This record gives sequence, C-alpha cells and structure tokens, in this order.
Amino acid sequence: MPEKTLLNSSDIERALVRVAHEILERNKGAVNIVFIGIKTRGVPLAQRLAAIIRSMEQVDIPVGSLDITLYRDDVSSLSFKHVVQQTYVPFDITNKHLILVDDVFYTGRSIRAALDALIDLGRPETIQLAVLIDRGHRELPIRADFVGKNIPTARNEEIKVCLSEVDAVDKVTVMRTEGGNNELK
Amino acid sequence: MKDSSLLIKNARIIDPATDAEETGDILIAEGKISKTGNDISAAGAATIDASGLIACPGFIDLHCHLRQPGYENKETIATGAAAAARGGYTTICCMPNTNPPLDNAGIVNHVRDIASRDAPLVRILPVGCITGGRAGRELVNMAELASAGCIGFSDDGSPVSDTRIMSLAMENAAVLDLPIIDHCEDINLSQGGHMNDGWVAVRLGLKGIPAAAEEIMVARDIALCELTGARLHVTHMSTAGSTQLVRDAKQRGLKVTCDVTPHNLTLTHERVMKVQDTPRTALAYDTNARVNPPLRSPADIEALIRGITDGTIDAIATDHAPHTIEEKLCEFENAISGISGFETAFGVLMSLVHTGSISLKTLLACLTTGPAKILQNGTGTLRPGARADITLLDTEREWTVDVKDFLSKGRNTPFNGCKLKGLVVATISGGCLSFHHDSLRIS
Amino acid sequence: MSLSESRPGTATRETLPGPSIDFWKHRHVLDLDDFSREETDLVFEIAEGMVEILDRDVKKVPTLRGKTIATMFFEPSTRTRASFELAAKYLGADTISLDATKSSVAKGESLIDSLRTLQALEVDAIIMRHPCSGAPYIAARSLDTSIINAGDGCHAHPSQGLLDIFTMKQQLGDLKDRKVVIVGDIMHSRVARSNIWGTRHYGMKLVLCAPPTLIPHGLPEMLEKYSLNHVTIEHNLDSAIENADIIMSLRLQKERQQSGLISSLREYIQGYQINMSRLAGAKPDVLVMHPGPMNEGTEISPDVAYGTRSLIEQQVTNGVAVRMALLYLIAGGKNR
Repeated sequence: MPEKTLLNSSDIERALVRVAHEILERNKGAVNIVFIGIKTRGVPLAQRLAAIIRSMEQVDIPVGSLDITLYRDDVSSLSFKHVVQQTYVPFDITNKHLILVDDVFYTGRSIRAALDALIDLGRPETIQLAVLIDRGHRELPIRADFVGKNIPTARNEEIKVCLSEVDAVDKVTVMRTEGGNNELK
Repeated sequence: MKDSSLLIKNARIIDPATDAEETGDILIAEGKISKTGNDISAAGAATIDASGLIACPGFIDLHCHLRQPGYENKETIATGAAAAARGGYTTICCMPNTNPPLDNAGIVNHVRDIASRDAPLVRILPVGCITGGRAGRELVNMAELASAGCIGFSDDGSPVSDTRIMSLAMENAAVLDLPIIDHCEDINLSQGGHMNDGWVAVRLGLKGIPAAAEEIMVARDIALCELTGARLHVTHMSTAGSTQLVRDAKQRGLKVTCDVTPHNLTLTHERVMKVQDTPRTALAYDTNARVNPPLRSPADIEALIRGITDGTIDAIATDHAPHTIEEKLCEFENAISGISGFETAFGVLMSLVHTGSISLKTLLACLTTGPAKILQNGTGTLRPGARADITLLDTEREWTVDVKDFLSKGRNTPFNGCKLKGLVVATISGGCLSFHHDSLRIS
Repeated sequence: MSLSESRPGTATRETLPGPSIDFWKHRHVLDLDDFSREETDLVFEIAEGMVEILDRDVKKVPTLRGKTIATMFFEPSTRTRASFELAAKYLGADTISLDATKSSVAKGESLIDSLRTLQALEVDAIIMRHPCSGAPYIAARSLDTSIINAGDGCHAHPSQGLLDIFTMKQQLGDLKDRKVVIVGDIMHSRVARSNIWGTRHYGMKLVLCAPPTLIPHGLPEMLEKYSLNHVTIEHNLDSAIENADIIMSLRLQKERQQSGLISSLREYIQGYQINMSRLAGAKPDVLVMHPGPMNEGTEISPDVAYGTRSLIEQQVTNGVAVRMALLYLIAGGKNR
C-alpha cells in the first residue's frame, strides 16, 4: 500500500485549535497551566498549543520538554540503544495543571514512562494528556483527555507524523507494512 | 642398540665444521660416525631413508633451564631432555638456578646422576654458579665445580652486580679455561621493568628495561675480560649496542663470544601488545611474550642478524625457560619471564632462512659448530670418528605449533598457533634415535 | 549529522524519542584508544542528559532497574569508586562493591578466580580498578561480563579522560585550536594517557609538561607511531602555559621522590607547581583542572585549587554524569 496522507497542514492546525479550546474549557482558563512535550514531536506540538492560547488569551504558558528514554520499560530488552536526550523543564510543576503533549497515542507505554518521569520532577495538581493522533491498540489502562484526531488503524500500519519544525513539512500519513493482518480496529 | 649400526641413506649432508655439503650416506657404528660417502651399504644395519632431508651435526644448546631439582612442576630433566631431543638437540647446557642451585659439587653430581638415569639420550652439561646461592657475594669453589663437570659459570637470572666479585670470578675461570657465561643486566637500571623500554611500553603503561641496562654490563664484562684474560660468553644478547661492543672486542682479539635466542631474533616488543590477527584495539598484554632480556625493537633484530652474518654472534641458544600455566595466567607485571623454547627453535629460526635474512649453513653453524667451539669438546661435526650426534631436518615441511603436543611441561610460548616451515624429523644421539617424527622412514 | 537531529517518527512500534545508536559497538570500556569521535561525542551527548538528572531533587531514574553493577577495586580509591556507585544508583541499578585490597585476593586468590566468582554471581557489569596495567584486558578476555576500566596501573583511566574532555567542552565549547597543558607525573599517569587518546579527535593542542625524569623514554616514538600530532612535550612549565586555555595538574606521589625521579619536593614545586604567581604568566582567563586526589601545596596551591579558575568541582559532578552515560551504554539495552 502506498503512503496515504491523512492530515495536511491546515488539518493539523484546525485540530490543534480545537484541542486548545478544549483545554481552556476544561481548565476554566489558562491560569496555572503548563505544557510538557514528549520528545521529539510532542515538543513542537506543545509550543504550537501554547502559541494558539497566547493569541486567544494573551497568556504565556510555560513549555518544557521531556525525554523518556531512561524511563522506558523496555530499555533492558531493546536490541539497540537510543540516545538519551535532555529533559528541559525550567519551571516548577508542583501544584500546576500539567498538560502532557505527544504526537501519536498508541500502546500507552510511552505515556506510562512519561508519567514516571514527571513524578520525579514534582507533584502536579493534575496531569492531562493531549495527543494529535489516537490510533488505538492500548496495552495499558491509559486514556487521552484531548485528541486531535482518532484514526483507527491495523497493527501493521505505520502512522508517520511530520512537523515543519523537525521534518520541514506538516503532514500525517499512514502506510501498511508487510506481513501483518489487515483487520481494522 | 648401541652395538647395532645405523645407516642414513641419501641425505643432504651439511657439516659446518668442514664446510662440506653433499648428498650421500652416513654409516654409524658403535655410537660413532664410521664413514660418510656414496652408496654405502651395511648388512644388518637399520636404514633411514633420508632423501629430501638434511643431515647435520646434532644441535647444541648453550643455555636452557631444566628446573630439577626444586621446580619439578615447571620441568624435569626427563621432560626437558625429551623436548630438547624433539627440537634436534643432542647436547644441552643447563643453567644453575635450580633449588638448591648448582653451587657445589654435590648438587652438580646429583643433577648428573638424574640426567644419566632419566635422560641417557641427551648429553646434559651443567653450568655452575659464580657465587654461592647465586647471591652475588661469595665465589663458589670453581675448581671443584669444574671437576664435577661444569662447562662454565653463570649466575643467570641474578647477574653479578659487584664488579670486584665478577673480576675475581674471571681470574679463577681463566685458570680453569672455562667461560663465564653472563646474563648481562644492570639490575639497578632495569629494576621494576617489564618489557623493552620503548613506544610499546608507553602504549601499555608498562615500565621499560632500557637497552643500556644490558650494554653497560656487556661493556663492563669486556673490560674485565681484557683485565683478566678470561673467556667471556655473553648469553642471550638482545641489543644492537651489545652486538657492536662484542664486535669491537673480538676485533681487539679478546676472548669474547656470544649467543642470541630464537625469539629475540624473530619477535619485537610489539608482540607483547599484539597477537597475530587480533584487532588493533585488543591489547594483548601477552605474558607469553614476557621474557628477560625483553623482546626488543626491529632495529635491534636487524643488528643481531647482521651480527650473525658477519660472525660476531657465535651461537643461537634457546634460553628454554619452562613455567607453569598459573605463573603466566596473570597480570603482565606479575608474570614470570621466560619462553619454553626447545620445540619451536628450529622452525622459528628457519623463518630467517626462508626470508633470506641468513643462510641455512650459517644457521646450522650457530646451532652446532658455533656452540661446540665454546664447549671445546669435539662435538658439532660429522667427521668419521666423532660421536654420532646427528639431526635430520626437513626445511620445507610446514607445521603449526600446538602447545598441547609439547613434550616439555612448559606451555609458555608466544609461538603457539604459529605456522612454521622447517621441522626436526629425527635426532640421533651417540648413535641412538632420541627422537623421531612420524614421517621418518626407517627399516 | 548531529545526533540530536531528528529522523521522521515511525510508529509501528511506540515512537522512541532519540535516534537509535547502531554504531555503538563497545561491550567493554577499556581505554579511549578505540573510541571514535562519533562514540566520544555520543557519550558526551548522553552525559548532558544525565547532568539534568543530577540537578533534580529526586536523582533517580529507573533505567537500569533490576541490573547489578559490581565494583571491584584492587587498589584503594574513594572518589572514582563513589562516583561510579552513585552513577549506578542514580540509574536505578543495584550495586555490590568488593574491596579486593582486603578480600581473598590478599589471601592469594588470583585475579581470574576473583573475577570468575563475580561472573558466577551474574552481575551485569564489573567496574574494575587494578594496580597492574592491562588487568582489565585479561578480565575482558576471560569473562562474558562487560568490564569498565576504572584505572589500570599506569595505562588507562577512560572514564576520567572522558569527564576531563567533557569538562573542557563544557567550558570552551568547540575545542578546535585550543591549548590544554597537562603538567606533572606523565610517566606514571593513566589519566594523561587516556587524555592523549581522547583528545585526538578535537583539533586541539595538548602539551605534556614534566621534568625529563617523569616522561617515559618511548613517548615521542609512540606519539609518532599513532600520528598523535596534537601532542607535544615540554619541560619548561612557564613556556608551556603561555596561551594555554586549560592547565591540568597531575598528582605527584611522594614515592617519586624516594625513588629519585625528582631530586626534591622543593625543586619540583619551584618548577612545576600550579600557583597564583605561575598563573600570572598565563592567559587571564586560563582554567585549572586536577583529576584528584590533590596534594595541596605540592603540585597545586590551595588558592588555585579552590579559586575562581578551578574546574575541579565541576570535574567531580561531570564525573558522575559521564559514568552514568557509560553505564547506560554498557549495561542498558542488553539481554543476558
């Protein structure tokens, strides 16, 4: 199956604007909110959400970045290693409403690792999860609070998020890889 | 077997003593060479088909360690002699650093008794100590040791530092007309050293033994040789500077001789850090390459080979120094020095012939007539009437060193796994086969 | 390509944040002679992530949970051992430490036997210090376990070399054309040797400064043999430190005087101590390092050691971060 584009640049923008509205609605404004993006593509998404809110509410929301490599539950079984990147959270997260941002929500294991990492950094009032794409297939009892787009997928499909900040273009594509089943969930 | 005769047919006979080289037969009777020539036949004689093989005088080793008494876990006279025979040696001179050391006639006689009982087919000649207990302080009774059969004197391994003691030793040795066989090392300078002082030592973080530590003592001994008129034999010489010192002394007519080892002629200090075919980064710290004097630089090897070709170097001696596995399976700095050398000597040395560094005849001279001249005992020749000590060689046969096959108890060699070209096929000592390879054709 | 540069995310499996490291081939860390520039930079990049963890209130991540790291020191040491143990604990590993200077080794157990015991206990990595050069190489050849060399004889101290260069880069940024002087007992220094190898990738100048008796004879030939052209040897400290960006002073062991390698402590101090008046002849912003432990008043004066130009405390902190990075690379992502 050739690569198929699911979202283009303006689709992504519209989804983010909606998510930003939902965040403000749920938290009754932008007070006491902080964004933490999961590296790599959660970080520009968090920055875009902060920018959207700034244009609506004239409030600067702090944005941090989180590297979860050291918290993954499969570090000891990976056949290859990954570069540990820097976590950058230059503000206190204690008693804040922390919005964790990631690009693709899949098994839930990354989020589990991110939650562990956040707990080591402080004690937020709440942690909420915002994702651009929810593709299903959860392996842990974790759900997202804000979803840009639900995309049902088969396990052998590959969702690729490209963001202009890191990949030069904005798009979300799907591609089927060899050997899996075609069942849609 | 001594009464029966032995006929070697169609050998390429090389006798460095007479400079003869011919293809022919050798007839041995009653332990002596009875005649050489063409088409010899002898009824009832055991016959060796030596076509394709070289027959030369039996090898003579001026420097080896048999470890008995005292260190039978490393080697015994029986196992050492078996290894020597396999290496082509018919006469070997054993160093006195046993426990107790060979510093009195009683212990020398004891060693000779064991030798004649356990190793009747290899002539074992003891070297006596220079000082009691090899402690470097009091001279032994050298006349007594000489009459017990010692062929020279050495405190090998614990060189005599006190110049006055060495001078007195030479005076005494001169009267007996026996050589002082000196391990030349200024231990104040070499102290704590683990290997050759050079770039490899720096690379490995090991302390170096400078060439000067040897050369200073060679120079001292030469001066004492001139002073006393004694015969000086510099053993296991390893540096370019020492070679030049001996060359100059010989030119001045001094009674100086010397030997070098097969490993110092073929391996450089780089061997300590690099085993053949291992990646650059896996530093070996190979304790089997730890030896004293240490493996030196390529320039030293070049100078030693020049010394052999121009006659400065008289002999090649194995410095066969067997040790236990435990003594080598440890940190390089804690490993004991020495190489088990009998069984690889000829194959290793043939590499110098195959690469054209020295001629086969020169090599054989260094293994036979060269050391025989120092021993002055009439061996090292194939002349009729001489004791039938003969080594049969296949210079083209390739084999791979495997320490598991060693007859020596010492498995400590940097040549394990090396492919060598040149094999001792048989060793005949006093007319008897002391060793033969499976391929020997005998009827 | 820089490592932090991102590749498009793929999500057939859970997206991993960082690029994968397929060029890291080391099972052991024995010396820096077999570290490529890429590998050295990788250690530094990961160490930066570790520095952030060291700034937290809760200095603990679960990365090596369930792994056991053993330290086996055949030679007394406090700082290197503490640094490695902290690094292992911060990464969530369990640690056991064997003081081999007191254990059965003193009773004559051989190196190999001691190490085999550790292997039988199924530890995931052994951090080893030994007074004999090359001992970790014997261990690496004899065992299946990963070995990290924490200093062997006069040969190598790779984690120290890495933390030194990490500290230099942290202070100076690009090291190209910078000048670093290592002064002191070069002859016996494993720190100097590992720095020689580690710095070779960075286009900098490394000057080794010592009295002739403390420079091994074979050093110039070794430098030539491996084309380590960035290294020069200098006996005069005052000319060595001209235009230097960093001066690293090495510990002078008192035994060196007893063995005659230096004629007197006083003479050594006059010629080679790093003190304020010496620094007056260097650049005003020159920085000073020391691998520790210091002999204050001998190779370095206290006012320099604790002064504003001193990086000695940063070295200690960076040491933990760099060792965390090494442990992550060696003990993480591996199935026994």
